[in-house]
Formats: sequence, C-alpha cells, structure tokens
Amino acid sequence: MAAIRFQGTDRYVVTEDLALAVNAAVTLSRPLLIKGEPGTGKTQLAEEIAHSLKKPLLEWHIKSTTKAQQGLYEYDAVSRLRDSQLGEARVADIGNYIVKGRLWEVFISDEQPVLLIDEIDKADIEFPNDLLRELDRMEFYVYETRELIKARHRPIILITSNNDKELPDAFLRRCFFHYIRFPDAATMTRIIEMHYPNIKADLLKEALESFYRLREVPGLKKKPSTSELLDWLKLLLADDISAEALRGADGQSAVPLMYGALLKNEQDVHLFEKLVFMDRRQNR
Amino acid sequence: MLIRFFYMLRDGGVPVSITEFLALLEGLKERATSLSVDDFYYLARLVLVKDERYYDRYDRVFSDHFKGVENALQILEASQLPAEWLRRQAELLLSAEERAKVEALGGLDALMEALRERLSEQKSRHQGGNKWVGTAGRSPFGAYGYNPEGVRIGQDESRERQAVKVWDRREFSNLDDTLELGTRNIKLALRRLRRFAREGAAEELDLGGTIDATARNAGWLDLRLVPERRNTIKVLLFLDVGGSMDDHVRLSEELFTAARSEFKHLEYYYFHNCVYESVWRDNHRRHSQRMSLAEVMRTYGSDYRLVFVGDAAMGPYEILQAGGSVEHWNEEPGSAWLTRLRQAYPKHVWLNPEPENRWGYVPSIDLMRRLFEGRMFPLTLAGIDRAMRALNAR
Repeated sequence: MAAIRFQGTDRYVVTEDLALAVNAAVTLSRPLLIKGEPGTGKTQLAEEIAHSLKKPLLEWHIKSTTKAQQGLYEYDAVSRLRDSQLGEARVADIGNYIVKGRLWEVFISDEQPVLLIDEIDKADIEFPNDLLRELDRMEFYVYETRELIKARHRPIILITSNNDKELPDAFLRRCFFHYIRFPDAATMTRIIEMHYPNIKADLLKEALESFYRLREVPGLKKKPSTSELLDWLKLLLADDISAEALRGADGQSAVPLMYGALLKNEQDVHLFEKLVFMDRRQNR
Repeated sequence: MLIRFFYMLRDGGVPVSITEFLALLEGLKERATSLSVDDFYYLARLVLVKDERYYDRYDRVFSDHFKGVENALQILEASQLPAEWLRRQAELLLSAEERAKVEALGGLDALMEALRERLSEQKSRHQGGNKWVGTAGRSPFGAYGYNPEGVRIGQDESRERQAVKVWDRREFSNLDDTLELGTRNIKLALRRLRRFAREGAAEELDLGGTIDATARNAGWLDLRLVPERRNTIKVLLFLDVGGSMDDHVRLSEELFTAARSEFKHLEYYYFHNCVYESVWRDNHRRHSQRMSLAEVMRTYGSDYRLVFVGDAAMGPYEILQAGGSVEHWNEEPGSAWLTRLRQAYPKHVWLNPEPENRWGYVPSIDLMRRLFEGRMFPLTLAGIDRAMRALNAR
C-alpha cells in the first residue's frame, strides 16, 4: 500500500473524518460519493486531492442531458457517411470516428488519475445505473471496433451530489459515502486563517458570530455557506472594515454590513430585513 | 463482534448489505485506518451508511453497540481483574514495539497492577459523570490499554474531540426521517404514466429514414432528422393543503417534487378539504388570487390526467351540502363540483395519504371513494402504481 495520505493542502482544510474518508477510498479503490450543502467545497476537494497526491485531474461535469454513453465514447456515424461520399481514405478505419469520452481518457491515462464526476444527481434518474459495470470492473466494450477498454490504473473517483435526485441503491452499494458537515466555528477559523492569514482576530471573531447568527435565522431558503463567508470576508477586508464597525455603533450588530454577499436569494434578503426591523423595534 | 454490529445496524433501520459489510472488513484488513474507536466509527460510517438521513440511526446503533465496552469494563472491576487474563489479552493485542514501551514503564506486571488500581479508583469517578476509562487524558493506559473486545480505550493527546462524543452528540438527528418512500421511488412509479411522442424540433438522426432516403437517392447521402422522443403526458394536480393534511405535508411534498421533475406538462392547484368553485396556485395569496374551477376546465383540455391528493377527512356536509365549506359560503355543494371535474377529465384518480385500512372508518373518505367510483388509491408506492395504471387504462 502506498504511504501517500491525503491530509489537506495549504489551500484546503480537511476535517479528520473527511481525510479518513478520502484515504480509505483511495486505499480500497472505491468511488467516494460526497454530499453536503452547496458551497462546502465538494468540487474543490477533487482538485486538492489531485494536487496533493500529484496526480492528473479529469473532470466530468454532468448536465441534465448527459448520457452515460457520452462518458465512454460516441460514434460519429454522420461524418463517416459524409466522408465516404467524399472518398476520404480515413473512412476505412472506423476508429477514426470514435470520439473518446471522459472515462476512456481516464482509463488510458499513463498514471493513476483522479476522476471527478461532478453533480451526478443532475443527470437522468437512470444515469448512475448505466455506469455500474464501468465503475465496478473499470472496463467497457466498444462495439464498433470490438475492443475492450480496460483501465490501466484504477482511478481515484470522486462523485459529488447535491441531493437533487436520489441515487439508486445498486450504485450506492459500490461507493463510499461521506456527508460534508457544515464546519463548526473552530474549523471555520482554520479555513479563514488559511485564506486570509492577515485578518485581525477581533474582526474574525465578530464576523464569525454574525455569520453563524445569520445561519440560524429561521426560514432562510439558502443558508450562507463557507464560500459565501469567504467572499464576504474578502469584501470586509477590501473595505478595511474594523471589528467595531461590524459590531455596529449601538453594539447590537443586528445587520451585518454588506450582507448581500451572504444572502443570495431575494426572498431571503426580504425576510432578513423584516426580521432585523422587528428586532430593532423590540429593542427600542 | 462485527457480525453482531452488522445485524444491529440492520435492526436499527440502517440499510446495509453484505457487499458493504465485506468492504468494511476489507478496509480493516487493509489497515485503511488506525484501529482506534474514532477511526473505526468514521470508517464504518463511510462504508456502511449511504445517506446522511441514516447518520443518526447509525450513531444510535454505534453507541448502543459500544455500550457493551463500557459494561465489560464494569465487569472487569467487579471481578477484581484477574491479572492472568488481562495479561493474556494484552499480549494478544500489543505489538512488539508497544510491548517494549510497556517494559520501559516498569514491566507488564507493574503496569497491570497500576491499571487495576487506576480502574478501581475510577469507579468513584464514574459516578461523577466520567464515562470512559482513559478519556481523562494522560494516563499511560490511553495508548496501551485495550479492553477485552479489542477496542482502544484512550486517545491521542492531540485529538481535540473525544471519540465517544462524536456519536453521542448525534449531530445528524434532524436529518433522520422515516421516509415511507423517497422521491426516487415515486419517480419510478410515476414513470408508468409515460406517453412518448415525437414533437418539436428535429434534432435526432432518423437512421431508418436516412437509409431509406439515401437508397432512393441512388446512394447519395440524404440525412433525415426526427424530433426527440418526449413524454407528452399532461397532468393536472389538485393538492389538499392545511388542516388535517399537515400530517402528510412531507409525503405530499415528495410526490409533488417527483411529479414536477417527471412531467413536463404539470399544472397544479391547491384546495382545502374539498373542491369548490375556485382553487388557487399560491398558498400565500390564496384569498386574492383564485382561479375559478370553470376557468380551469376551460383552460386545460380533457386530455389532462386529473390527480387529487388529499386525505378526504372532513365533515360529510363539507362535501354534500351547499354552504358546507368551513372557509366560505359555497352556493353549490362540493360534490357537484367534483362531479363536473370528473366529467371534464375522464381519467382521474384520488391519492390518499391515510392508510387504506382506515378508510372504512372515516365517513367522508368512504363517501369520497364512492364519489370517485373506487378510483381512490393510497399514497404509497404500490398505491401510486395502481393509480397510474388506472390513469392509463383505456
């Protein structure tokens, strides 16, 4: 067993359980299915794994129209037909008209690659089932050329899902599953210090408090997540806002400054403003 | 030991299969992690649990299972720690390297003696609320002490969280739902109601047509395209909201979500208890923006499939009498409007979230079922399946 273990990088904080999940998936060469709130760094995880294990990263972004076959290969019959009429020499070899898909590229990669299948839940409900054999045996058959494509190295597969659709049991059984919990304040402090090493401690404390308070506002459609927090802090730092200003003149800090970076939904902003307004009236 | 854990998980409602269990054993064999309880907890969760909804159940089972460890310790104390037995266990579990460390601490016998003292000391501390031997921190047994079931008692110094706490905290408790059916299953059931037709822009290669046309064209390529096959079924969904339906909100939401993504032509309206002269689209503006039923029937043709979702639990007068509505004065009884709807849309069903065996005991459900001539189905997978078949009939 290779002794390389994923421990996070200088740009990405992993919790103990996530690191364990990644390492176990790598060791046992099982696909790792990652779920979690949007903005908790699911997609970025793949980049960081590839970066830290020094392996090439191949991404396959799934859309609602993506078919499993497209990940393997596509046979471009139409251009072959056209070429045959134009008398092109390459027509004789059907292989010229097989367009390689992402999985094919992964399978023939010279070193063990990291494959990211991003947002698998976006695809049709049967999509994961169509990939069972490919992910299990790491091979597929090209009917047109009658060749069997086998993976040279079992890739490290990372699959992300946003829970739009439930995934079939047969598929889940072949994966390891990890749910990225929303980071607690201690982890969040580490994340922020990594991104903004020069942030003042009091500003950070104040910002985190407002942030977690905001997350607790009931009825928000989309709770602000880590990536939003980082954006917001960038704004605060860019404007050089002090912790005192953030706390607010009256010391109540009901409205975080520039909360537009945290709340992305118009209804949420309305709801929040209403709550703040009511809160102020009560305190008066 | 793990086999018992496996069955406890299954009994605890975590769906684990043999494949996954074997994967876990493989993981342990491959030493995918160190063998601390902490890591074992994460590894087993990673391999066995496939949905965050089950995390809480898993935590509970895990905590239950490893309560045994605690009990074993108490038995140990009670039995005055047979030294011979302790040593045998330790020799079984310790590596040579670790044993060397133990020697450094004064030999196994001395250590065992100290452990025995420490354990009896801790009896009083247990009562003080400290549950686990070794969680206190710097005891030499943290690293070397194993309990008879092979589980490490202690922790690394650097670890900020205690192993036990992770599962005793039960952070995922709000994610657990005893879902009768997930949206995936509903979608699969709704698939029965598919009618494919080729409509819209031609963008798919029509192979048969192309060959035919090319042949007619004396072998000169003539491409033919056809529109993609799409589900053209049209569904009109009437959802009961408020009142007794509050218990079924989740189920209705799931059905709604599934239906929304499955049917391209889905129109939905809300009603309360029984349908009267108007329905509404937006529950926040149910009083200001209503659509009269007559207009609904004018707008959507009879090729729509009509699906009611409601528990039909109400006073029978709400269906049968003019003015029976609990919300407003209705000129005509609900049954008249229901009959009109049923005539306008010959393909209709009623889905009822109440269990089927209760229907006979609620007069209004019974009444509604008779009004629908038996086309009422329970809101379960099998029920949806039957309903979809009924909608497809003829």
